[in-house]
Amino acid sequence: MVTQAALLDPAVAEAPGAPAIRCDDVAVRFITERRTVTALENVSFEIAEGSFLSLLGPSGCGKSTLLRVVADLVPPTEGRVTVLGGSAETARRDHALGFVFQDAALLPWRTAIQNVSLPLEVGGRSVLPPGSPTPTELLALVGLSGWENAYPHELSGGMRQRVSIARALVGGPKVLLMDEPFGALDEITRDHLNEELRRIWQETGTTILFVTHSIYEATFLGQTVLVLAANPGRVREIVPIDLPADRTLDIRETDHFMRIAARLRRLLGEA
Amino acid sequence: MADVAILQSGQGIDAAEAEYRAAQRRRRLRRRIMPAAGVLSVLVLWGLLVYGFDVPPFVAPSPFAVAQTLVENAGMLLANLWPTALEAVLGFLLGNAAAIAIATVFVHKKTAEEAFFPVVVLINTIPVVAKAPILVLLLGNGIEPKIAIAALICFFPTLVNMVRGLESVNPQAMELMRVLSASPREVFFKLRVPTALPYLFSALKIAASTAVIGAIVGEWIGSTVGIGALIIQATYNFDSALLYATVIVGSTFSVLFFLAITGLERLVVRWQAPVVA
Ligand SMILES: Nc1ncnc2c1ncn2[C@@H]1O[C@H](COP(=O)(O)OP(=O)(O)OP(=O)(O)O)[C@@H](O)[C@H]1O
Ligand SMILES: [Mg+2]
Repeated sequence: MVTQAALLDPAVAEAPGAPAIRCDDVAVRFITERRTVTALENVSFEIAEGSFLSLLGPSGCGKSTLLRVVADLVPPTEGRVTVLGGSAETARRDHALGFVFQDAALLPWRTAIQNVSLPLEVGGRSVLPPGSPTPTELLALVGLSGWENAYPHELSGGMRQRVSIARALVGGPKVLLMDEPFGALDEITRDHLNEELRRIWQETGTTILFVTHSIYEATFLGQTVLVLAANPGRVREIVPIDLPADRTLDIRETDHFMRIAARLRRLLGEA
Repeated sequence: MADVAILQSGQGIDAAEAEYRAAQRRRRLRRRIMPAAGVLSVLVLWGLLVYGFDVPPFVAPSPFAVAQTLVENAGMLLANLWPTALEAVLGFLLGNAAAIAIATVFVHKKTAEEAFFPVVVLINTIPVVAKAPILVLLLGNGIEPKIAIAALICFFPTLVNMVRGLESVNPQAMELMRVLSASPREVFFKLRVPTALPYLFSALKIAASTAVIGAIVGEWIGSTVGIGALIIQATYNFDSALLYATVIVGSTFSVLFFLAITGLERLVVRWQAPVVA
């Protein structure tokens, strides 16, 4: 287990190693009573450790499915998924994965701090790896100090989503999978959380795979954008985002940003 | 219940809070006064009908006659309430414990549910009055058949609700548990049980009243003590005042039992969003 300190160490973070996630010709088919759906076909890509990949694509193109395959929630019908050099199942069992769901998926009978502590109560991980932040520190990291004892129904949608991000960060996962985490939020909250997410990513050095519908969100957040095409879900293009590492939301008004966004829009249109 | 107040503009927080508390007090007072007023008006109407139409006492007693009986026979009524209450409470515990245990098995073993759920439904279609003699034959004349009837009557609603509750887990929460590599045991206790609690309590509240009905029906068949036996005796003797008094004692116990379960629910299920009045 690499400690938080090691992840923050640029020498370690930048060391060229095995990719954090690698998919080789992954296909997923769902067989239902009425028909067989090919959610993904021939999907191959890899993500370097510590990088940020946005997953962009039209509705129903298999973004969630791809994330579920990496999280070992759905087995691939064909192909191979490698996470941190091993199988997805090993990564899951080693608590190397964090998952943020679209609707936060907080447990309503637990307070914010109890929700964040859940990963320490199940799956045989009762102690934090040395040096990794406590649930209280993680709530502070997502800007929710003072809300520890609030129940989910007492929080706004944006706050609930932050709690779920804090929960996904418990134990310092090496890979963070986020499925449209800000999809249900208003634009201002979303902008704010986008900036916070970039900060958290830079502070923790976690590898992030981020699903979104929004071209701007994908461009602003990612180092790379993977554009998926629908029917069947397949890789349309992998677009590197050559924007500076230190970004603020203002960057979205620059010509460079606009050009990238326009290119992604074209790719989506053809997808 | 906590109600939500909205802060008006130009209003100090203290003033708003004071107003909110005052409104809450008024609401609470209303909630007590209105049912009392309702009960009182029914009593008055009852008295007027009995006196106005000169109803003979063996058909229906006046409210005063019932009140008098309640006071004069308080000792005897309570002595008869005791066995009924014991049967109802024991039956409640037994029936619900069995229902929860079987629901747990059903949720873990789908085949068990497929095989035995229809059997349970079948048994449930037999009316209580038909089950009672069967159980008396099986279990004798003591307290056991009454407990068994009270238990049976509680069992079915709790089983159905508990199975539904345990299965109505949020699918994303289920995926979360898998990402966290939670064991089936952890999924059960950390996710399924808390999800099921509100369902369980709505069944328990029904069971609190039906358990008393079960015990009383059990006492109608071959029993000399208890609220049920007293109801039969009073009816045969055309002692309508005693009959009414007995029914009142029985229902009062039912209501108290129900309120106890409601109080327990408030202590246990604290997380539901407040219902805005
Ligand atoms: N459990 C399942 N059973 C059957 N079909 C499924 C299942 N999950 C996904 N699918 C199908 O696979 C396809 C891709 O679904 P997926 O949820 O991955 O899309 P998505 O890109 O996440 O869409 P959205 O942007 O709307 O969330 C869809 O056609 C969907 O109907
Ligand atoms: Mg999706």
